[in-house]
This record gives sequence, structure tokens and C-alpha cells, in this order.
Amino acid sequence: MSTVAAGLSTLDRLDRLARRDTVVHRVDPRAKVVTTFVFILCVVSFDRYEVLALLPFVLFPVVLASEGGIPFGFLGRILLVVSPFALLVGAFNPWFDREVVAQFGGLELSGGWVSYASIVLRFLLTTAAALVLTATTSFNGVCLALEKLRVPDVFVTQLLLLYRYIFVLGEETLRLSQARRLRSFGGRGMGLRVYTQMLGQLLLRTVARAQRIYLAMKCRGFDGQVRMAKRLHFGAADLVFVLGWSAAFALFRIVDVPQWLGRLVTGVAG
Amino acid sequence: MSHHTISVRGLGFVYPDGTRALEGVSFEVGHGEAIAVVGANGAGKSTLLLHLNGLLSPSEGSIDIGGVPVTKGTLPEIRRTVGMVFQDPDDQLFMPTVAEDVGFGPMNLGLPPEGVEARVAEALARVEAAHLRERPPYHLSGGEKRAVAIATVLAMEPNILVMDEPSSGLDPKARRRVIGLLASFAHTRILATHDLDLAAELCERTIVMSGGRVAADGPTAEIFADDVLLEAGGLERPLGMQGCPVCRTK
Repeated sequence: MSTVAAGLSTLDRLDRLARRDTVVHRVDPRAKVVTTFVFILCVVSFDRYEVLALLPFVLFPVVLASEGGIPFGFLGRILLVVSPFALLVGAFNPWFDREVVAQFGGLELSGGWVSYASIVLRFLLTTAAALVLTATTSFNGVCLALEKLRVPDVFVTQLLLLYRYIFVLGEETLRLSQARRLRSFGGRGMGLRVYTQMLGQLLLRTVARAQRIYLAMKCRGFDGQVRMAKRLHFGAADLVFVLGWSAAFALFRIVDVPQWLGRLVTGVAG
Repeated sequence: MSHHTISVRGLGFVYPDGTRALEGVSFEVGHGEAIAVVGANGAGKSTLLLHLNGLLSPSEGSIDIGGVPVTKGTLPEIRRTVGMVFQDPDDQLFMPTVAEDVGFGPMNLGLPPEGVEARVAEALARVEAAHLRERPPYHLSGGEKRAVAIATVLAMEPNILVMDEPSSGLDPKARRRVIGLLASFAHTRILATHDLDLAAELCERTIVMSGGRVAADGPTAEIFADDVLLEAGGLERPLGMQGCPVCRTK
């Protein structure tokens, strides 16, 4: 269960990065949320065989990360940890889709491989953008933005509480698994049966805690809506941020920039 | 009529599964009194506390806070009057930052932003935690969490403070700080605790609970000197009232 500890420390690091003060951090959370949303929309809207036209989109997470002081190594490690998901999702494409779409000398490239590459690339792009958003805005900042953007309270409250208690739950899980390891000898007691019972135990504890939290909230006048005191200021610079990036995404979406560049270069050469 | 009084009459409570947790509990608490509620695990202390601001409703009997009966209709007023500090600060601190958590209650009271801010600053200063205001609660130490949990309740400006195990899980220094803090309050205070030394230090009166009933109710000094009563309640004298463990003298 050391993955739980690793996960917690990653979240913790994201949190600390989000408390920095850079140009990117100072952009209104709403501007960053909206821009990231437009980015994701553009990236996922491409045809499934598109790979090269996606490349210019790398600019967004890279520029934001470097301006926001987010270490690339840190982002890369998280992407690596979560990438098996995307690698699995598209893993069967090369088997199902064997139609040859391109030839390099004697090497034939099937449509399956192209769409697989496209899936992985899109996954990397969207995840990187979401990570950079969180690392420069903080999870709670994102929630605040969502609330101000009139996302229903139920979702925002869920997200806020989820993030607050993921640390408590994670630590509880660590303690539970530690207690098991200490009394398991020679691999006995580490089986699936005990594991499922531990999960059940964790669920019961979580339900009990949720009840106590709810009581504590009721004591302080909770009526179904979490009111956040922080006020945000959406200035001209924020507007420029949203419009500028959105225009760039639209351009990348409509014009195949790599192809256009290629034509430009070959045209000049020719 | 003072808002700082509590009157519990013939309180009984049965949990939905049929477990009887309280039976015939009666007592009066006057303005500004500090009362310790002590008793073994399962004696009904926590269940009693949950009744004081209407989180549980009595199966029998009634409760008045400052002359106002605790009913569904009076709950908002009761909860403004009675501030409750829970045993595990992690249950109490659910907002992203300390300042937002302390402001949660005042926001719900409908105060304007400046009013909320004033309450937050004042409550945090009162527990000497002003420097923690932008920190997320999960990054605080046990003692800091406890102080902030108390601030979240102070920000509601209650007349009565109800606390479940205020000193549990604290190191000696943090415990000492909490005791100093509680001693400085003028509120009517009800503390449920296993820390009998804390009770002896802070409370002039003690209620001993046993099996869901009030086993004794009187001056703390007298109750903690009654070994028979303490034994029956699953308790023992506070360490401060026991003999010296080194030289064995009393």
C-alpha cells in the first residue's frame, strides 16, 4: 500500500506548488478553468487518426508549467504513473484496425497504431493540462472557480469534501495496512479475503466519520450549501488569457499547423 | 432570563437498535458554571452531549437552554447558543483552509463578509492561531487542530461551550495550553472527559455518569475524594490527588 503514501505525497506536493506566486498563479481561477476546458474540448474533438495536428497543443501545458514554476520532472512522473490506463484503453486498436494508412520505405503503418498513438497523445495532453491547472490554482481554487461559474453546489461540495478527506482516508488506510503487515507472517494473512474485509472495514469507518462530520456541520448552521468567503477578481488580463489561448486552440484545431509548416519549409526549399 | 443556563429533566434516550443509552438524567447548570461530565466508556457521556444542541432528540424528558426548550423549531437558536467541540478535530475541520473553516459558521449565520472576517480574526487570535489562517487543516499538528476547532466554535459567539474530550491525543504542552485556554473563558462550560486532572483543574462541579444514569453530582473535590463512588463508576482518583509514585507518600 505504499502507493497510497506516494499518492498522498503527490497531492501534498501539488498543494505546495499551488501556493507559489507566479504570473500563472495570479490568473483568476475561473479564467484557467474555462481555458483548460476549451483546451480539452479542442483536443478530444479531433478525428481518431489525427496525431501530428495535436502536437501544437503541447504548447499550453508546457508554457503554463514553465511560467508557473512547475517542475517538468514532477509532471512527467505523475503522467508516467497514470499512463498505464491510457496504454490499456487503446492497446487492442492495432489488432482490430489493420488497414495500412501509411508506408515508410518497406514499413507499413496500420490505422490501429495511428489511432493508438492518438489516444495516448490526447491522454497525455489533457492530463498534463489538468495537472498544470491544479498545480497553479490548487484543487480548492478550482472548486471555488466552479462554484463561481455556477456549477451546482452538490458537485462543488462533493469535490471539496473529497479533497479534504482523501488525506484522512489515506492515512487511515495506511494504518490499517500497517497493522495487517505487522501480524502477517510468511505471506499468511495477506490474502484477498483479508483484503476485502479491510475494504469493508474502511467503508464502515468512512460512513461513521461522514456522520460525525455532518453533525459538526449541522452544529454550525449547515443548510446544504457551503459558502466560500473568498472573493475573486476577474480583470482585463484574465480576459486576455482566456481569449488569447482559446484563439490559439481554435487556430490549432482548424489549421493543421505542422502540415502548414512542412509545406512552408518544402515550398521554400523547392 | 440568562441564555447561559441548561436545564435537563428526566432525559432518557434509546438508540434505534434498542440500546438504552440514557435514563432519568436530570441536572441544572447555572450561568458561567464549568462542569465536568466523567464516567467509564459507554456511560452515556457523548450521547448526553449530543442532546445539548439538539443533534439527538430525547426519547423521554426535556432540555431547556436559557429557558428555551430544545425542539425542532428552536434548533437554529439553540445551535447559536450552544457551541460544540467534537472529540476528533478532523471531524470538525472540513473546509479547505483554517480561515474558511472558522468562517463557516458565521457565513451560515448570514453575516456580511466584513463581519465574517472580523469574527474569524478575533476567534483565531483568541486561541493564538492567527498565523495558521491560510493553512489547510490536514497540515496542522494535533494541538493546532484542537485550537482551531475551538476557534470555529468561538466564531459563532456561543454562550455555552460543550466539549467532548478536549485533551485527548494531545502532548503535555498542548494539553496545558488547552487547559489554560479553557480556564480563560467566561462561558458556561460542559466538558466530557477521561482526563480527571483536567476536570479537577477546570471544573468546580462534576457529574459522574454510570450506565446511562447520573451516579453523582457535586463539588469536584468531594467527588474525586470518594474512592467508593469512583470505583463504582469505573474511575480512579486524578493523578494529582494520588500519592507520589516515587516516595509512596500521600
